[in-house]
Amino acid sequence: MNALEQNRAAGKEAVRRGAALDVSGMPTFAFSTRSPMWWGTMGLVAIESTVFALTIMAYFYLRSHATVWPMSRFPPDLLWGNLNTAILLASMWPNHKAKQAAERLDLHGVRLWMTVCMVFSLAFLAVRVFEFGALNTRWDSDAYGSVVWMLLGLHTTHLVTDAYDSLVLTVLMFTGPHEGKRFVDVSENAGYWYFVVLSWLPIYAVIYWGARF
Amino acid sequence: MTAPDPRHDTLERRMPRADPAAATALERTWRDPPGIIGWFAAINHKTISKRFMVTTILFFLAGGVLALLIRLQLAQPNAGIIGPDRYNQIFTMHGSTMMFLFAVPVMQAVATYLIPLMIGARSLAFPRLNAYAYWIFTMGGIMLYAAFFVDAGPDAGWFAYVPLSGPQYSPGKRVDFWAQMITFTELSGLMEAVVIITTILKLRAPGMSLNRMPLYVWTMLVTSFMVLFAMPSVMLASTALITDRLVGTHFYNPGEGGDALLWQHLFWFFGHPEVYLIFIPPLGFISSIVATFARRPVVGYPAMVLALVTTAFLAFGLWVHHMFATNLPELGKTFFTAASLIIAVPSAVQIFCWIATLGSGRLHVKTPLLFVLAFFFILVLGGLTGLMLASVSLDTQLHDTFFVVAHLHYVLLGGAVFPLFGAFYYWFPKFTGRLLNERLGRWNFWLFFIGFNVTFFPMHLLGLWGMPRRVYTYPAEMGWGDMNLVASIGAATIAASVLLFLVNVARSLRVGAVAGPDPWGAGTLEWSVASPPPMGNFEVIPVVHGRYPLWQPQPEPTHVEGMSNEWREVLVTTVADAEPDHRLWMPSSSVWPFLSALATTVLFVGSIFTPWAVVWAAVPVAVATTIWFWPRRAVVRERVRSELRP
Repeated sequence: MNALEQNRAAGKEAVRRGAALDVSGMPTFAFSTRSPMWWGTMGLVAIESTVFALTIMAYFYLRSHATVWPMSRFPPDLLWGNLNTAILLASMWPNHKAKQAAERLDLHGVRLWMTVCMVFSLAFLAVRVFEFGALNTRWDSDAYGSVVWMLLGLHTTHLVTDAYDSLVLTVLMFTGPHEGKRFVDVSENAGYWYFVVLSWLPIYAVIYWGARF
Repeated sequence: MTAPDPRHDTLERRMPRADPAAATALERTWRDPPGIIGWFAAINHKTISKRFMVTTILFFLAGGVLALLIRLQLAQPNAGIIGPDRYNQIFTMHGSTMMFLFAVPVMQAVATYLIPLMIGARSLAFPRLNAYAYWIFTMGGIMLYAAFFVDAGPDAGWFAYVPLSGPQYSPGKRVDFWAQMITFTELSGLMEAVVIITTILKLRAPGMSLNRMPLYVWTMLVTSFMVLFAMPSVMLASTALITDRLVGTHFYNPGEGGDALLWQHLFWFFGHPEVYLIFIPPLGFISSIVATFARRPVVGYPAMVLALVTTAFLAFGLWVHHMFATNLPELGKTFFTAASLIIAVPSAVQIFCWIATLGSGRLHVKTPLLFVLAFFFILVLGGLTGLMLASVSLDTQLHDTFFVVAHLHYVLLGGAVFPLFGAFYYWFPKFTGRLLNERLGRWNFWLFFIGFNVTFFPMHLLGLWGMPRRVYTYPAEMGWGDMNLVASIGAATIAASVLLFLVNVARSLRVGAVAGPDPWGAGTLEWSVASPPPMGNFEVIPVVHGRYPLWQPQPEPTHVEGMSNEWREVLVTTVADAEPDHRLWMPSSSVWPFLSALATTVLFVGSIFTPWAVVWAAVPVAVATTIWFWPRRAVVRERVRSELRP
């Protein structure tokens, strides 16, 4: 018996006597709140939610000091904003399917639904370009323009980074190397996608309707 | 393999050990690779933490030298050693260094060493992210000092109020470097907070339920949650400032509908909690030191924890007391006065708990405890002047005078730097295996304590007499010369004391007394392992049965079996009760966190000169982080072999 095997034998003996807890049969990955990845992702969500909330507060702070709002007099056109809200909300469906597939450890399902998600991300990134064009103000026109561009810019940064993250993960799902904990990554990536979509709703309301009421 | 009988009586055998072969395998598994590339690839939390501590202390020394220059210039009226422009840069660099490059990061640096050891973990939760955060921080600091040395150091004060810091009154790149330094340091601070929270909540040894966590771990949990909600504010503020300066936005420009007070709101919504980010971790140092040197558990554990949490919430309701001299509604100000007074209550609860602990313990007065006792004296004085400044009428009189300078140094040095020095004396043997010299320690302490009071007490009087802060000189007729000279003599005394500390460190590293695992007879888990600890921290993962595992009998089970020594494996436990949940493979050492930090630095520094850097420099960042993430086939093949599905 070599030293390693002796060590294992002694460990088993300690467990048998009740002197030690045996964890050798425990899984090597787990989903949701059980996984450190979930907590790390939630930490990012907390940070970025705070950034969004503070920017929205800055919007209303500036609005409370203005006599005319929007200062440029023309609110953003609704067409592209509404369209993108619809696309983003619809993307939650393939995203949810990808999350479910990951938690079933179903590689084919993950590949399929993440690919659908990538198609959606192409769509919302393209429409986002038109959204900037329909804001009816520039970042350097006045403080209203600055804060609206900041809000849309911050959210767009999230769209871009989330789309890139998801792309890398999707490619990995096709090329490998595969292992169980990558399904946790897919699940947490989907959780972050929810955040990017749901945080859009208050930002959408502020950009498009805060300039109208 | 473990010793045959787990109920041991001698110090070395109180905690179970592995047999030498297993310990060697574990050491090999957790070691970072050798060589120069290996140096940049290091991700072990202790290695990174030691570098992080050394880096923050170097910045502390740099900030200290700047302070000495300030005191040299102010030592007598009408002095001409430093001109006004250079003086502005020096006091801005001093404040920015001490706040952003020393006080907050040093607390995180110490925490990333101690927390895994205190909670019975082999690693931090995200060791590569931890390494990235360290590199980002270091590069941000280097950028700021590089700018300073080419006469482009920021000069608008450490809180960079607009409109002074705006494009109109601060042309050139000086303030841009300051704003990007904020981006670097706060990004690093936020990443560290996520790492620390996840580590504390998920990697505690089995049995260490939340109500058995050492109080220091509680302070870091509370602090890290505060970071998540405070630091985004200053990042947003400084990003808006830099876009105002570089691409013509108008956030702070009243001419185009912007508002200068928006800066103050955003800055202090971060800035006041920041004081507590600096002040709360030392409360944990104190709880550790007081328990050990009073030789008993800290009195009132639940009260201590509740006081910490209360302080954290109240800290977010104080920011306007930095803005009492602005035209805010008076009714609003009274709310913030009340909040500023109320926060004294949880602070007092903790101080009474420590006094009760000290009063009912058997005191061993060693250097760490001296620094803690000084905390009581100095912080109480700083707290009292804080209560004075919380009154709007008095604040209006004293705003922007040396009284405020005296107050903030009493709070920050008394509240943070004294306990931090105590903590260095206390944990130095754990970091290095050798004790610091006690006699030099006492000299270090008394010179610091006396020098501190000689420096800063006269500033109260100067402030009451009307001397404004941030003036590069003053006329002799004002009668401020004597007190300023006294303050400068005090500053020299502090410098001598810090020099003694450095001598002590240098000497003790070579010839200090060998410490052994537990030189102070302390009760928490970090003292159960060798000094310095092995790379994997714990030869076997302990099972925890109480708040001071080393002070109480060890019922069975004493430890965990079935963890791998052949690869980096940690045990993930449940959030509240720390029941074993699953085993997790940690990443290998990698140079890519460092290279990603380098790419990020190019992006941040480049964006000072052209906004397009955000676009083109994003490419190397994306490439580097992708390679960082991409799993290696050989490693994965190995892992899949032992994979167990949930």
